[in-house]
Amino acid sequence: MTITEVREEAVAELPQLQTEHRLAAADLACGYDERSVLKELNLQIPEESFTVIIGPNACGKSTLLRSLARLIRPAAGEVLLDGDAISSVPTKQLARTIGLLPQTSLAPEGITVADLVSRGRHPHQSLLRRWGREDEAAVRHALEVTGTTELASRAVDELSGGQRQRAWIAMTLAQQTPILLLDEPTTYLDIAHQIEVLELCTQLQRDGRTLVAVLHDLNQALRYATHLVAMREGQIIAQGAPEEIGTAELVREVFGIDSLVIEDPETGRPLVIPRAAAA
Amino acid sequence: MTAQTAPTRADAAPLPLASAGARRLVVVGCGLLLLLGLSWISLFVGSGSISAGTVSDTLSRWAAGDLPAGARDTTELLILERRVPRTVLAIVVGAALGLGGVLMQALTRNPLADPGLLGVNAGAYAAVVFGSATMGVTIGFAHVWLAIAGAFITAVAVYLIGTSGYAGASSAKLVLTGVAIGALLSGLSYAVTLAMPTVFDQVRFWSAGSLQGRSWDELNAVLPFMMIGALIAALLPRALNAISLGDDAAVALGARPGLTKVAGLAAVTLLCGAATAAAGPLSFIGLMVPHALRMLLGPDHRWLVPLSLLAAPVLVLAADILARLVVASELPAGVVTAFLGAPVLIWLTRRKAVKNL
Repeated sequence: MTITEVREEAVAELPQLQTEHRLAAADLACGYDERSVLKELNLQIPEESFTVIIGPNACGKSTLLRSLARLIRPAAGEVLLDGDAISSVPTKQLARTIGLLPQTSLAPEGITVADLVSRGRHPHQSLLRRWGREDEAAVRHALEVTGTTELASRAVDELSGGQRQRAWIAMTLAQQTPILLLDEPTTYLDIAHQIEVLELCTQLQRDGRTLVAVLHDLNQALRYATHLVAMREGQIIAQGAPEEIGTAELVREVFGIDSLVIEDPETGRPLVIPRAAAA
Repeated sequence: MTAQTAPTRADAAPLPLASAGARRLVVVGCGLLLLLGLSWISLFVGSGSISAGTVSDTLSRWAAGDLPAGARDTTELLILERRVPRTVLAIVVGAALGLGGVLMQALTRNPLADPGLLGVNAGAYAAVVFGSATMGVTIGFAHVWLAIAGAFITAVAVYLIGTSGYAGASSAKLVLTGVAIGALLSGLSYAVTLAMPTVFDQVRFWSAGSLQGRSWDELNAVLPFMMIGALIAALLPRALNAISLGDDAAVALGARPGLTKVAGLAAVTLLCGAATAAAGPLSFIGLMVPHALRMLLGPDHRWLVPLSLLAAPVLVLAADILARLVVASELPAGVVTAFLGAPVLIWLTRRKAVKNL
């Protein structure tokens, strides 16, 4: 068997990603202590979109994402998956549908990339179902898609920030979920690695996954999102295609600053240039 | 898009997983050889000059069923009722402490976690001392229960205090809390033993962690608790692997950090409480063994958990043999493990960064 045949067989073994899952928030309310962070929020994540949530600090965007990932139990309302409350879906089944790239990642000291990525197979294993060909194929595929195959035997501690983030994304890909949530995936990365991660997200979305990310950089959100959700004070101010809702009015309403919005000569998307305060 | 990517050599090579490869077989093989070798040596060393020939002879007759309980002379009794149970006890106590250390480091994601450092063994010890002082408890099941209760209360208290407050949980804070509570409990235990000579006599050797003078009774009393603890631990490796990536990632992977921590804490309590009840507070075993194994095998708990049952007994047997050889009147094994463990702890804390697991 040639190398190519082995690889193609491995890819062919991958189960088809199911794309009919629809993630939604219905009348979602969340709060730490008495303060409410999300106020009866309704949101439908479009299928096979790269949805990006933006907003000023403490607007509740991270809380929204963490609620979608069932890391926070809502005070009221529900997060729905195909119409069912996610709190009623068995935890492993949910983990085969929704993946998460956490904001801060803890890699055990000395773990190799291959071992980290293989931990993404957790929801597909059980006491009775051990590591098998399917798992191996999924890990290989995840390494390949994220360009980390060459790094597989390296320790995660030794990688650059961008490489490490790609290894973690590979871990969530090995989980083989049709929906992937990313909590500030570009924070702590330099500009080159930010672009690298966002390009990878776009590629994953084009492969048929649904991605939801929280991003800090407004221009990156406008450039890469297929669906933009703008939040302020726990509520959604606007959502839609970046070309349609990316206006100076929106920037003022969401972030409270005056800006000039021009067409990005590179992509044709809106590009926000904040006005100088003294102008 | 994957179809367009040119296949690379790495595609055909096996995935470089830590659990694969020949290294683990070498580690298992060496571990087994050391365990057998040290167990054998352990039967031949000790107080009283018994020749190696007598030991082998007694053991072979015993193994052949040629030595009924009623017809043994003093030498034979010494070998069969002291050295054999002492060796077996060193193995099971080591296994319990090593496994307890692996579980604790995984549950707290803290590379400095150790049932000794976190005060769990001191808690078990204090409970037994207080029990002996107030109720006259002697070696046996009640003693084990007391030790386990003490271990449990201390573990919960250290965890709650060490992870509360604004700064959240940090390695240093948890260890400091454990050391502080452990010191307090040891101090109280010490005061009780000083004030009550009868208690002092009972716990004198046991308090420093010793396997001297142990018989089958102690072994039978603690073994069931250790077995239950080990069975619980056997269910946890995959969940421990998931929570080592952080609680958020673990939830997203379909693991249940809360449930895992409760089960793991129960196992640690049973293992360390029972080990302390049998041998007194042996320190540093639970610290050294997981580190050594991680260096050899990487951070995969599907290997760390079973292999701690092999590596830690080797360490305790070696410490106990040394304890019998170094000084004519026998050191407690706990003194030897402290001599070995203290430099390891210093080395671990002095490394560039004590990373979270």
